[in-house]
Amino acid sequence: MYKIVNKKQLNPTVTMMDIYAPLVAQKALAGQFIILRVDEDGERIPLTVAGCDKQNGTVKIIFQIVGGTTIRLNAKEQGEYISDFVGPLGRPTKTDGIKKACIVGGGVGCAIALPVAARLKELGCEVHSIIGFRNKDLVILEEEFSACSDRLTIMTDDGSYGRQGVVTAPLKEAIESGENYDEVIAIGPLVMMKFVVATTKPYNVPTTVSMNPIMIDGTGMCGGCRLTVGGKMKFACVDGPDFDGFEVDFDEAMQRASMYADFERAEREASCNLFKKEAQ
Amino acid sequence: MAVQPKKNAMPVQEPAVRARNFKEVALGYSAEIAVAEAGRCLNCKNRPCVEGCPVNIAIPDFISRIKAGDFEGAYDMISQSSSFPAVCGRVCPQETQCEGKCTLGIKFEPVGIGRLERFVADYHNAHFKGEVKSPSPNGKKVAVIGSGPSGLTCAGDLAKRGYKVTVFEALHLAGGVLVYGIPEFRLPKNIVKKEIETLGKYGVDIQTNVVVGKTLTVDELFEQGYEAVYIGSGAGLPRFMGIPGESLKGVYSANEFLTRSNLMKAYSPDCRTPIMHARNVAVVGGGNVAMDAARTALRLGAENVYIVYRRSMEELPARKEEVEHAEEEGIKFEILRNPVEIIGYNNPEDRRDVKNGFVTGIKVRKCELGEPDEKGRRRPVEIAGSEYVIDVDCVIMAIGTSPNPLIKSTTEGLDVNSHGGIIADEKTGATSKAGVFAGGDAVTGAATVILAMGAGKVAAKAIDEYISSKQTNY
Repeated sequence: MYKIVNKKQLNPTVTMMDIYAPLVAQKALAGQFIILRVDEDGERIPLTVAGCDKQNGTVKIIFQIVGGTTIRLNAKEQGEYISDFVGPLGRPTKTDGIKKACIVGGGVGCAIALPVAARLKELGCEVHSIIGFRNKDLVILEEEFSACSDRLTIMTDDGSYGRQGVVTAPLKEAIESGENYDEVIAIGPLVMMKFVVATTKPYNVPTTVSMNPIMIDGTGMCGGCRLTVGGKMKFACVDGPDFDGFEVDFDEAMQRASMYADFERAEREASCNLFKKEAQ
Repeated sequence: MAVQPKKNAMPVQEPAVRARNFKEVALGYSAEIAVAEAGRCLNCKNRPCVEGCPVNIAIPDFISRIKAGDFEGAYDMISQSSSFPAVCGRVCPQETQCEGKCTLGIKFEPVGIGRLERFVADYHNAHFKGEVKSPSPNGKKVAVIGSGPSGLTCAGDLAKRGYKVTVFEALHLAGGVLVYGIPEFRLPKNIVKKEIETLGKYGVDIQTNVVVGKTLTVDELFEQGYEAVYIGSGAGLPRFMGIPGESLKGVYSANEFLTRSNLMKAYSPDCRTPIMHARNVAVVGGGNVAMDAARTALRLGAENVYIVYRRSMEELPARKEEVEHAEEEGIKFEILRNPVEIIGYNNPEDRRDVKNGFVTGIKVRKCELGEPDEKGRRRPVEIAGSEYVIDVDCVIMAIGTSPNPLIKSTTEGLDVNSHGGIIADEKTGATSKAGVFAGGDAVTGAATVILAMGAGKVAAKAIDEYISSKQTNY
């Protein structure tokens, strides 16, 4: 059992937790992920590590409440336990040779982008961050990003905070204005990453994307997380989760991600009904 | 007295009934049938069956104890060589091992050794009330990576020799392929659980949620005071064919499909794990895993399940009993067929059509058998222009696995072969790295439970010798 030592609501649909898992905390690096199960008979879900505290042996996770499992996870309080927590899995984000980078985060993906930005800053790299959200209420981690970015641009779809528009607009401006990024690192919804790549490719700016496909074991056994990268089959759990954005087949990945859409919808509705019943 | 030419029949659930439930198919011999079957053993002088057994169980000796009604005595006899008789009695390919060598089998059906082994183990599990004798500890620590059949056998044998053994398991539950791969209807999970509990009584400690190669490295295990490490991490990445359409929705690796159903319990209607309840399913491959996947799909409600296999019925590598059971349950065998493409739904008018990207069929090409390959199996040769489409909404690839890269990529000095399998001495399990031993699928690639157990056993003995010799060198 793994203790939730800290829990904080970041916005109405995004929660942060620090989980006591000292072995994982010792090893986890930016870009790697963990797999957890909330309770016995629960699903295994992958979440990218949002930070860790080696001293106290805790690993930070930030998740969006989207389906049955995240609803159940969010129902757990500080001091309670979850059944399973395993990691760190996948390969860390490559930071070698990067002197100047642009980190692009979308929505809850910012939680994963933050440790990458922080790591690069720590290594003495110049970091520009562009983070995007649907609206003001959903903005998370602004302070944290400020602390590790030489320049921070916040975008909202409706213009209720920061600049109005999508993350690719300021990215394109920066590239065109002559910012010579060694690497653009994009983490967020598939469709956002697809458009980031479409933005950087014409200028040939190397772009890394962090893929988060359907996964079960996370150790290279089930093959559920397969992607097509550079025309070859790759497994996000052992070959990734970071890949060269120019090579990823996003359309296929988006299609595969919707495999259980019906099931997820039903789960969400069932859970909501359950909560409604409890409330009554 | 004339010998009864046929084995005593195994009581089974009726095919039509069992095809729709996940309960065990074979119900097991009664004591009466077991004694009768034991009576068929000729107790011949050569004992070829013992040679045929990868762990060399003293088969005629345990059978004669059954004949005498001493079932616990028979159990003791088996457990000298095998740690998991209730498992092996159910999943070993006896027809190519012990029973394949049986003298009686030359003229008649061989003795039902597997069925007798299962009977003895089940009898013991149901009746034994005594305590296991925990061995006196020798103060030495050994780490075992992976809690599948190979790792558990190695752990059990070392614990019985007095070692303090810790098993590191990547998943949340111990048992490896016995819990994620082999379905409930062939190997009930409470049997695996019981066998693992018994190991606990011998002092084996199992740590779940530890991925060696990630959470800890092999070198760190040595730093923690383990004097030897056994790698029984199993087979790895599922293979695909490299044909178009393998990324469509509704295409699974057998590992994923079976893991969802078994480990993650998608077979239970109360469970929240999503799995496709397809109406028409094609399973590509002819091994035990293919049979397990096909029969699982049937039990999840499929109307038509096809085994697509490129050779003929003769060459099917699956256990004979599983093929027979599958046929009885109505699995259709599309033999001498090689898949060339998986076809998906695509509505060019409406990109948002929810059916887009789901499987609608599998295109196969007919084959005929040509010259034997290096293993002596006749090679399938495709017949040009013979393609046709089988309508299915789910395709399960059960064509094997390639070794997992996690341990080798983080362990310096551990040599692997060109396929990525760990190189280990067949007689000892010793690898290129001092103190590190390996066996099972991590070495051989996908094979059987009993071969993995045999490798674990061999390595346990070698590890004991290795650690003892280190001591005398001081």
